[in-house]
Amino acid sequence: MATSWFRYSSPASFYPLAGRMIRWFAAAAALLAVAGLVIGLVVAPTDATQSDAYRIIFIHVPAAWMSMFLYVVMAAWSAAALGFNTRLSAMMAQAIAPTGALMTFIALWTGAFWGRPTWGTYWAWDARMTSELILLFLYLGIIALRNAIDEPRRADKACAVLALTGVVNVPIIYFSVYWWNTLHQGSSVSVTRAPSMAAIMLAGMLVMALAAWFYAIAVILARVRIIIVERERGASWVASLREVRHA
Amino acid sequence: MAAALAIAPDRTDTAWPALRWAVARDVKLALRSRAELGVQLLFYVVVASLFPLATTPERSTLTLIGPGVLWVAALLASLLSLPRLFAADHADGTLEQIVLSPYPLVALVGGKIVAHWITTGLPLVIIAPLVGLQYALDEETLSVLAFALLIGTPILSLLGAIGAALTLGLRSSGSLLALLILPLYVPVLVFGAGAVEAARTGVGASAHLSLLGAGLLIACVGAPFAAAAAVRIALD
Repeated sequence: MATSWFRYSSPASFYPLAGRMIRWFAAAAALLAVAGLVIGLVVAPTDATQSDAYRIIFIHVPAAWMSMFLYVVMAAWSAAALGFNTRLSAMMAQAIAPTGALMTFIALWTGAFWGRPTWGTYWAWDARMTSELILLFLYLGIIALRNAIDEPRRADKACAVLALTGVVNVPIIYFSVYWWNTLHQGSSVSVTRAPSMAAIMLAGMLVMALAAWFYAIAVILARVRIIIVERERGASWVASLREVRHA
Repeated sequence: MAAALAIAPDRTDTAWPALRWAVARDVKLALRSRAELGVQLLFYVVVASLFPLATTPERSTLTLIGPGVLWVAALLASLLSLPRLFAADHADGTLEQIVLSPYPLVALVGGKIVAHWITTGLPLVIIAPLVGLQYALDEETLSVLAFALLIGTPILSLLGAIGAALTLGLRSSGSLLALLILPLYVPVLVFGAGAVEAARTGVGASAHLSLLGAGLLIACVGAPFAAAAAVRIALD
């Protein structure tokens, strides 16, 4: 059994597996998103204090969770890439970065549109918003570094070092910004959500979070397949793929 | 150049001599191009002098923005000097010899970082209080500013070394370096400027300075290893 764990660490055997998995994850993401949106937009009642504006939560919170979670996953793949010197781990890290950046951007963007009607401002230098913005910079830095290096293996390792440096820094950045914020801002804007969230709202949010998970997995697998074909184009198994021959 | 080290390569305790050698060599090289060091210092002074012109010469406003301006200028000056850390050695092949030498690369890279701080960070510590006078900061605040810079600028050199090594020999490495490193500098900026601000308002800067010191210890432990790994990757 021990060998089976490493069977799919080879791009050649992972490529078809990923192709089979994408369908299921994409279908699950679509179903959950529809269910979550129905709960969020139709079933859930209008909020007493925030009226209908609070419904942005069903996109905003899952995106914010994914943005942070994906960074940790990317750092874990980067650590695997550096530790085991495996190509597929680095390809996974490469595939995660754009989705992570997109989720961070969505979280910031929807946050701005949520903040406008509820706090009366698009942007406040709140600790969470500021550290989310810096997280976006970290993602963009990794993508930019990858694009600046022509040689894929050097790009893999350089991005892995950067991702690991970043993951050590993310909590420090969060706490520094949090403390800075509490010193400066006082209580002009409080982001702490009311703890008494209705069960139906929580359910909608969790369903949407699951949808975001499955969406991210499906998209990352699709992207990693493209990266595999691109990088392994010299290999004979790639040349014999049906989609490559007919392309 | 590495052959100039007069230590037997089979000795295990070579880290300190290697570190000392790297510090001495880089400081000597930097002192031979003093004009370059002067330009970096001038950059700091000029940037810090622009803000009153862009805002207002009113003393109450200046003392308010002063700590932040002096720290942001320090971040930019550090960023500007980072390419010097490895680029010249990379261009003439010395860096390759350093990596190939039998001495621990972490110690050699660490020595280069120390030398970088001595030649770029330490002058800022000395000159910042003078620039701070332009912002109508009182003596006690200025001494806290100098002390915060004394703890904070080594962190900038340590973190910056990782970015400088990662971007070695890349297209548009300067602006890329800014994108990679400035987000990582955020905690230093927050606690550094926070210390000066706390001293100015009389709250007491010890909490900020302690956190800055903790950050320095973490950076000392981790950053040289990451920078050494990045140097190896760049030369692969």
